[in-house]
Amino acid sequence: MSATRTGNASVLSHALKDALIAAIVAFGLFMLLLGFLTDDSRGPLRLLSRPVLLATTVGIVFVGRFLISLLYYNAAALRYYLGELWTAICNFAREFKIALLVVLLLIGGGWIFFSPKDWPLILITVATILIGVRFGFSAALLVFAALFPVAFYNNPYFLGIAIIILTYVMLGWGLNIVVGLAGLLDLGYVAFYAVGAYSYAIIAQAYGWSFWVCLPLAGLFAAFFGILLGFPVLRLRGDYLAIVTLAFGEIVRIVLLNWVSFTNGPNGIGSIPRASFFGIPFNATDEGFAAKFGLEFDPTHRTVFLFYVILALALITNWVTIRLRKLPVGRAWEALREDEIAVRSLGINPTNTKLTAFAIGAMFGGFAGAFFATRQGFISPDSFTFPESALILAIVVLGGMGSQIGVAIAATVMTASFELFREFEQFRLVIFGFAMVGIMVWRPRGLVSTREPTAYLKERKTISVEHVAEGRG
Amino acid sequence: MSEPLLSIKGVSAFYGSIAALKGIDVDVMPGEIVTIIGANGAGKSTLMMTICGNPQAREGRVIFEGRDITHLPTHEIMRMKIAQSPEGRRIFPRMTVYENLQMGAATAEGGDFGSDLARVYSLFPILEKRSSQRGGTLSGGEQQMLAIGRALMSRPRLLLLDEPSLGLAPLIVRQIFSAIRDLNQREKLTIFLVEQNAFHALKLAHRGYVMVNGRIALQGTGRELLERPEVRSAYLEGGR
Repeated sequence: MSATRTGNASVLSHALKDALIAAIVAFGLFMLLLGFLTDDSRGPLRLLSRPVLLATTVGIVFVGRFLISLLYYNAAALRYYLGELWTAICNFAREFKIALLVVLLLIGGGWIFFSPKDWPLILITVATILIGVRFGFSAALLVFAALFPVAFYNNPYFLGIAIIILTYVMLGWGLNIVVGLAGLLDLGYVAFYAVGAYSYAIIAQAYGWSFWVCLPLAGLFAAFFGILLGFPVLRLRGDYLAIVTLAFGEIVRIVLLNWVSFTNGPNGIGSIPRASFFGIPFNATDEGFAAKFGLEFDPTHRTVFLFYVILALALITNWVTIRLRKLPVGRAWEALREDEIAVRSLGINPTNTKLTAFAIGAMFGGFAGAFFATRQGFISPDSFTFPESALILAIVVLGGMGSQIGVAIAATVMTASFELFREFEQFRLVIFGFAMVGIMVWRPRGLVSTREPTAYLKERKTISVEHVAEGRG
Repeated sequence: MSEPLLSIKGVSAFYGSIAALKGIDVDVMPGEIVTIIGANGAGKSTLMMTICGNPQAREGRVIFEGRDITHLPTHEIMRMKIAQSPEGRRIFPRMTVYENLQMGAATAEGGDFGSDLARVYSLFPILEKRSSQRGGTLSGGEQQMLAIGRALMSRPRLLLLDEPSLGLAPLIVRQIFSAIRDLNQREKLTIFLVEQNAFHALKLAHRGYVMVNGRIALQGTGRELLERPEVRSAYLEGGR
């Protein structure tokens, strides 16, 4: 790394020179295009000059080019310094654990003193930082998620977004089993989401069973559809598999659209029974949740409950995946992704391996679908279109196929940014596209590309997959 | 003479309508190293693949431990006491060495994983050093050792090796062949070896077969074949 250090000055001057050249070229190009304007709106034709616009444009080019050549072409140097910084912070935190605690408590205490109303926000911040320093990033994320409804109880909008994010996290984790672990490219995952949602809606309406009875049934139906899809596509891989799964997703949607007597067609199914607190409904009556627990009725109770339900479902998905990865079936999925012929030569039945991956992935999609149905109270085939599948797949790919934490981050970023850019309406997809291209340029293997081994002989030591030949993984 | 462990009787195999194997007869006795040598495209690897049931033999029979395995699917054949180190090694590149070996033990019944692992590590000590490294980051020779080690994890009676010397430095080839000899002599493991490196293979093997265009052209003990003028001129002296 000493080479990076010594080469730093030349890197800087090189980037400056590069940016200067780009700026000169931009000046030459834009001088006539942007610098001058002919105007005949008021009287005779006049030539207006626009030096500010020209200067701004050239300035943007200069800065942009400078950053690109500094960051992109010297990514190694940048990563090195960022790594150093992070290590320094971690070392500091480890050295001065007590000091950090005191500082945090002081800041938090001071903050509460000056604005006591903000206590939940302060609590969540302090708890997340403390847990993060002690137990790492994943634990911090978990604590943050668990405390989220406490901190944002008065903000139903945030709670709603958080529930959507968690739904996509769960869908991402479910699809991750099929795409990330077993390496089977599935473009029709939303079909299982739809099967789960419709199973729940129809069963709950027809028999009046509670959410907790219908949930496993919805999962089972989805798993059954997973196997149904699995059988015809067992021999296919890669592009061919993708096309068939794409078709499968469309078939399910079109059946839902046209089987009017069963699914109510394009009008969808309304007034789906809402989730109850283990039998106690969330309403303002004397039998309702608020009355039973001696609280004042508040519609947020249901939202908070739904938040914890989807958090639990997502965590179960994650936990099951992590466990399965350590079992023979999970390891067989990963081996299948790497090399099907080798898997067969080891006496593992690739058919069963693929079917279990499809079935288990589909089952979690079905759980998420049932949750979606009970949260919305209304479902129609419009919610289960191809872009939805594409979004879930994008979450898995961007997250780094197979990485649980990466998928969670990607789901959060994608869903939250969709909400964030709601104002820009038509530009949303453009920004989305740019983000995709950016990630694929800088992190071609996804945000978190290191695959954690599931077993160790003596010590935890991972070597990044970046050293493994591209295209084989 | 005792029953052969693996017996290939009049096997023909086809790719579409093209015959790749035309009536092959090969016997492998327990405790033997048997090698198949031949030029590119002679059908050596196809023979190996046919034993594994991919493609399945259209005519003839493959018998292992007295059981007809000709028409079993690949994964069921490989679940018997047969293990294979396939052509081109085919290790799992993104999984660690240790995980690769675990995969090898996927079908080991009633075995003790720890002792199987120790056995592979003592045969190829470098694998122990590399155990938490990803398969894809190993050198070619180490990958070949891993492929053989992975095959051994299922405690086979018969080990099928498809071109273990492919693309390796002479020193590594010698190392791998000496490991194969060790396995055979110490553990009485039966080995069926397909090789292009005729000299090494014949020196190692008890018996050998020479394949030409899907047929067995010559057979004999390793030493006999090494001394045959037609073998020497075709496979050993580089056309001199």
